[in-house]
Amino acid sequence: MTNPRSPRNTFVSSLFVLTTFFTTTEAFAQPARPAPAPAPAAAKTAEPAAAAPIAIVGGHVHTGTGEVLDDATILVEKGLIQKIGKGLAVPTGVATIDAKGAIVTPGFVDALTSIGLVEVSLEDSTRDDDRGGKDPVRAAFRAADGYNPASTLIGITRAEGVTSAAVVPFGGLFSGQSAWADLDGDSRESTLAPGPLALHVHLDGSLNGDRGGPASALLLAREVLDDARTFQKNRAAWERNQSRAFSASRLDLEAMGDALAGRVPVVFHVDRAADILAAVALAKEFGLRPVIAGGAEAWKIAPRLAESKIPVIVNPLEPGPTSFDTLGMRDDNAALLHAAGVPVVITTADTHNARKLRQVAGNAVRAGLPHAAAIAAITSAPAAALGLGAKYGTLAPGKVANLVVWSGDPLEIASRPLAVVIRGKKVDLANRQSALFTRYRKLPIAR
Amino acid sequence: MFSRRAFRLLSPLLLALPACASSTSAPPSSPAKAEAPPPDVPFPWEARPSTAAGTETPAAASPPVLIRNATLWLATGKTISRGSILLRDGKIAAVAEGDIPPPEGARVLDAAGKFVTPGIIDTHSHLGVYPMPGTVAHLDGNEASSPVTPDVQTVDGFWPQDPAIERAVAGGVTTLQILPGSANLVGGRAVTLKLRPALSPRQMHFPGAPDGLKMACGENPKRTYGVERHSMPGTRMGNLAMQRKAFLDAKKHEEDWQRHRITEANRLRDDQKKRAAYEAQLESRNKQQAQCKDDPYFSSCAEWQKDWDKPLEPPRPSDPGAAPARDPAKETLIGAMRGSVLVHVHCYRADDMLAMLALADEVGFRVRSFHHALEAYKIRDVLAKKGVSVSTWADWWGFKMEAYDGIPENIALLQESGALPIVHTDSPEGIQRMNQEASKALASGRRAGMPLTDEEAIRWLTYNPAWALGIEQRVGTLEVGKDADVVLWDRHPFSVYASAEEVFIDGAPVYQKGKKRPPWSDFELGQDTGRPTTLLPGGAP
Repeated sequence: MTNPRSPRNTFVSSLFVLTTFFTTTEAFAQPARPAPAPAPAAAKTAEPAAAAPIAIVGGHVHTGTGEVLDDATILVEKGLIQKIGKGLAVPTGVATIDAKGAIVTPGFVDALTSIGLVEVSLEDSTRDDDRGGKDPVRAAFRAADGYNPASTLIGITRAEGVTSAAVVPFGGLFSGQSAWADLDGDSRESTLAPGPLALHVHLDGSLNGDRGGPASALLLAREVLDDARTFQKNRAAWERNQSRAFSASRLDLEAMGDALAGRVPVVFHVDRAADILAAVALAKEFGLRPVIAGGAEAWKIAPRLAESKIPVIVNPLEPGPTSFDTLGMRDDNAALLHAAGVPVVITTADTHNARKLRQVAGNAVRAGLPHAAAIAAITSAPAAALGLGAKYGTLAPGKVANLVVWSGDPLEIASRPLAVVIRGKKVDLANRQSALFTRYRKLPIAR
Repeated sequence: MFSRRAFRLLSPLLLALPACASSTSAPPSSPAKAEAPPPDVPFPWEARPSTAAGTETPAAASPPVLIRNATLWLATGKTISRGSILLRDGKIAAVAEGDIPPPEGARVLDAAGKFVTPGIIDTHSHLGVYPMPGTVAHLDGNEASSPVTPDVQTVDGFWPQDPAIERAVAGGVTTLQILPGSANLVGGRAVTLKLRPALSPRQMHFPGAPDGLKMACGENPKRTYGVERHSMPGTRMGNLAMQRKAFLDAKKHEEDWQRHRITEANRLRDDQKKRAAYEAQLESRNKQQAQCKDDPYFSSCAEWQKDWDKPLEPPRPSDPGAAPARDPAKETLIGAMRGSVLVHVHCYRADDMLAMLALADEVGFRVRSFHHALEAYKIRDVLAKKGVSVSTWADWWGFKMEAYDGIPENIALLQESGALPIVHTDSPEGIQRMNQEASKALASGRRAGMPLTDEEAIRWLTYNPAWALGIEQRVGTLEVGKDADVVLWDRHPFSVYASAEEVFIDGAPVYQKGKKRPPWSDFELGQDTGRPTTLLPGGAP
């Protein structure tokens, strides 16, 4: 759709507005973020099409809960993990993946991407991450409706062990609803988790050009949420045209029902400590389940976030005081939050390079986050924060079989995935980039 | 050694483009050559004082530093697995296997298990011209008011209080090139800096480093002007046409000056001839008069005397011809054509790079480095043969059409083919962990089956960028006599968990991990900014 004028990275967004921003430095032309809203309706769980059973044998298994099993075997069938433990017998005829001497983890999850919504950032014709238009209230906009399961980004991303992504819409104040995508599959139905994942609210950007920060955002957010609550309580009156005028459209007011009922979390994109607290207060006022995304200054108020167990999605590679809202950004934000007891989720906040999620998590470790917490921050923590902890994020019976067999420490740059399993199926690690490499491996090329 | 080299590059310009003022006051009696060209001609920039007094890192005041028991990555292709390096008087004074006896007063660092590399060099940075925090007021990197602006220079836009500078140092970066952005076909002059706290980029200038010239291919200029303003260039055709014209105009400017120089030389020679004739005449008359005074009855005196009545006037010096106007834009392009200004071209696609190389051959300049160059792997044979370096990322791709074919093996393939790959950042984030970027490129190559070595990969961060910036005689390797710009790493530098423990510039420590210190930037004083820290023990396994 239109350009991602979204916030998140305020540095980027503020520059965006300026003249030749794109042309300025390629850094600024780096992608925009994403955010998603899941799949439409269909209360059915997205059970993978019956994939043949497989067994992952002999790995050093990090279950994602902090537990590590040596020389363990994982039995997978019907897309789910059936059994996990030492010395499990592998039924005859079941294909095996030899993981001896290797490390096995749950598939990694990037909680803030636009994978499947953006193919080429600067080509609007390839973007579906922003509803566009002047109205900042876009709660009904669903990332799931634009998700392209054939995007080249999918194969490129999973080759680095990222098996799922929250696909997030951007733009406006209520940007829309995100979706959870497993990075394999040929249709939206076979690749997206059913239902909206989260509602995304941007308090970190300006609503109208260069004016209007969190104060105007909070004002409008409160008005819209209040209207939505009223609408939800007495829908019948609205249908009879006996309601007061509302500040948002019917679809938007309707779309906020899940969030107001606490069925889906509300992801507040916000960085400044005072604004994070305002978001938390707003969530309390309306009974929302808040998740903080960005959270550059979250470490300053870590005890208060820990008290309410409010998850924070951080990018440990944020480079410093890139805006006046992120002056307090520091590289050990994740470590400090974790130490205070806040559930920490790590993201690349990137789309084309969501594949570098493990490098990003490694940097959080470099800055003091315990290694196990870093693994959790890209597996179980995002699943739990986004309400899918029952199905995703750990290696346990009944969970969706998304897992990766690694040649070594998954956070270390020199390591690589030896096998990637998504929804119970070992996936091909080839992609468009590997095809280009193969073609140009020898010059002159033959074609 | 280096400054002599720089002078050699500079001197042809001085000879070719005399100052417009040089001829007006030449006394007729002295030949033109006696007048040395003023030092600010034709490029005032190249007379830039490298480091103002009192602002250089106090290398001389720093005690010698001896780092022992370290793994030394020399970046010459060699590694010393247990060795010592001595930094003294701003230079690398010794590099050896085993031990070196500590000189008197030396600070001795035991670096068992640690690594030493040359300081990292980024050929592509916009720190200071697109500083943190991002504000409208501080966007000083693109003179996007006209597509050809060779006369602007980043040294005039750089904000030395950018908080990103200190953060880059914490990542082991000691030198960078500040480029104008890529909105313009010819964006202006780039300056190479050493990272030290300063009040002006002029105090950070890498001594003797030549300036760069930033050019751009492809989408950015045509988007900035064609799409956004409906003015030229609106296509790749327009890009090349305007670049060609800019260089041809500069050549014309050079020819005008050459013609002027010859005309002036001829005029002065004629003046000199007339003056010589006059002086000969005068001398002859003086001789006659002297002789006739001695011997009034000398036979020729009567004849001579007739002439003596005619006044003998000295010839009037002729009026100097009007010099062509000085034009810093064209002079910069002339510098590029002569090689005194190194050409750096933002260019992604293989065909765009080949088009630029054809233009370079046509009008007469050499590309020192292609930047971004995501499709360099497709033409790596050409780039290797032509000796063009490639400054690029480890894994960026897809943010625009010309970046769609980026692959993570780009750098590895360039290395394998004998081209000169360089890890650059173009990013205030990437610049904080360039070691990891090199590591990713290395890992991608190895994964694809290329037997690359750490010794090759460290050069992507050190020697190769030093070459691209024309400072390889001064930095880029750990060799005796080079500047003591050195990084001590707490572990293998290609580990994701590695941090620079201490960074030296000119032998003085500019960053020490975990050491509390006031921020370099005034901007960060008195407000609660998050600075590079290590409050908690690392969690690395």
